[in-house]
Amino acid sequence: MKLELNLALKNLFGARLRTLLNVLVLSFSFVIIIFLNSIMDGWDQQAQKDSIEWEFGNGHLINEKFDPLDPYTILDGHGKIPEENVGLTPILERQASIYPQGRMISIVLKGISSEQEILKLPTKILKESKEEFPVIIGKRLAESAKLNKGDRVQVRWRDSKGTYDANTLSITEVFDSNVPNIDNGKIWIDINKLWEMTNLENEASYFIVNEQFKNPELSSWDFKSQFTLLKSLKDLINQKKTAQSIVYGLLLAIALLAIFDTQILSIFRRQKEIGTYIALGMTRLRVVRLFTIEGSVYSILALIIGSIYGIPFFIYMSEAGFPIPPADQKMGIALADVIYPVYGVKLVLMTILTVIISATIVSYLPARKIAKLNPVLALKGKKQ
Amino acid sequence: MNKQLAIFLFSIQLPFLLSSQQSDQKAINIIEKIDKNMFSKTQIVTSEMIVYGKRKKRVIRSKGYSMGKENNFTEYLSPEREKGTKMLKLDDRLWIYSPATDRTIQLSGHLLRQSVMGSDLSYEDMMEERKLSEVYDAKIVQEENFNNSPVWIIELTSKVEGLAYFKRTLWIDKNKYVPLKENLYAKSGTLLKTTTFTDIRKIDARWYPMKINYKDMLKDGKGTDFVILDISFDSKIPKEYFSKNILKK
Repeated sequence: MKLELNLALKNLFGARLRTLLNVLVLSFSFVIIIFLNSIMDGWDQQAQKDSIEWEFGNGHLINEKFDPLDPYTILDGHGKIPEENVGLTPILERQASIYPQGRMISIVLKGISSEQEILKLPTKILKESKEEFPVIIGKRLAESAKLNKGDRVQVRWRDSKGTYDANTLSITEVFDSNVPNIDNGKIWIDINKLWEMTNLENEASYFIVNEQFKNPELSSWDFKSQFTLLKSLKDLINQKKTAQSIVYGLLLAIALLAIFDTQILSIFRRQKEIGTYIALGMTRLRVVRLFTIEGSVYSILALIIGSIYGIPFFIYMSEAGFPIPPADQKMGIALADVIYPVYGVKLVLMTILTVIISATIVSYLPARKIAKLNPVLALKGKKQ
Repeated sequence: MNKQLAIFLFSIQLPFLLSSQQSDQKAINIIEKIDKNMFSKTQIVTSEMIVYGKRKKRVIRSKGYSMGKENNFTEYLSPEREKGTKMLKLDDRLWIYSPATDRTIQLSGHLLRQSVMGSDLSYEDMMEERKLSEVYDAKIVQEENFNNSPVWIIELTSKVEGLAYFKRTLWIDKNKYVPLKENLYAKSGTLLKTTTFTDIRKIDARWYPMKINYKDMLKDGKGTDFVILDISFDSKIPKEYFSKNILKK
């Protein structure tokens, strides 16, 4: 084995430019695979953290008639707050229309306790404000409705019986969150004020639960755990990962094709050398192994070269982050302005194994031909 | 599309039912006269609904048949996109047939709050059935000149729960017994919508507004015009016009 390894290294270093090109292409694939995956892992971690902090808490307890994805259920999808409500933060949703600059925009008024601490929403401002109808909105709604902190806007809503009411909301804060679900078309108001406005005292559409919540079996209310709520986000990221794997799959395929091509050429041009090895007592299997090791060493060298320029690049990106264009942030999923890549041990090891194994396989496949070579003809240098 | 007009007119008839002690008897008598002037057993109306957008306007032509205040059938004639769309109202139920999908859907709940063809009117506005006299207290609050006509201003205040508009104000022409304007208010007193009646003409011994403008007052723009091109009163309308079968014919 040692002999094969020595011979392989000598042959590779002897090939110079050919080896260098193969190693560079393969190292590039190696760096790109780690980088793209680390970006996706970084997004996954950031999106989950933000979703929990801004939207999900430890889970939701949802009224059985309320479907968060169906705005038509807002009208009837609410119920009385149960007597056992330890660990529950009630949220009441009502549809309304705002009229910024004379345009009508349909929105959802979301009532939440101004004293809540489970979500990062700056609801304390609602309590401190001296305005009659203080509200907070997210940066996305502020941008689309052209509203700023301190602005006033007409709002029209209906009470519990369906009678129209209208008044003026005061925008007391514009918060910056990466979770569009709590921002786009949503206006947050103190739940006590919303109860008063709609005559829906002590009613909630759903609750955000904290770790003190112990009883997910309440009639008329369905419990959705944090894991369930995050599932759609995880599914989306996994789907993106799969789509992305096509990109680096192609890149890896190009690198492997270069190794495969080199191996085919080597076996074709070095038949005299192969015949000499066999004549000197090497078994065919050892010669096959020699050529396979030659191919595999490309991947080892690629890892070394890749590390030389990849590690500083990874360190730089982990500090600077990967900026996301503003247009992508309007996709409706939790996406920060900058994503910081996460380099997990599992990710790095899996990438190394993938590159080494695939390089070994593409090196072995052409080398199998050696087993069928006639050593005499090979020694004479006759092409077979 | 005469439905909006018919509903409005039907809803301000009915004086005999005004019973509240808080209502002004003179206001009741005025509404009775409006009823006599404008109410008919059936109506066939060809009309245009003009929806004004920021840059351009849309004109939707339709023909409507109504019997009493409960039954109405409307067929859209143009533009091409809306042509063939039919709407049937029987009592408190409303169906819409779309030729593009060849399907009939019944509107209920939240869907009734949607705008009609992008106009300032909602389906719910059109579905309003309860007589104003049954649900509002009425009183004359002022007499003045409006558009060179002497008018009574009658204020209607909700006396039951669940009405879309808590308060309404009507401007009634003293000579023609025709409404010239109506304001609709929220519970807080904010003016939400204004309806203006113009081009009052005498048709078959009745005074009738041939142009109505609906305007959402919280929104910029010119609102929605409803122009009557042709109207006939008490004409015979086949019963089949008020059955669900008419929608797919």
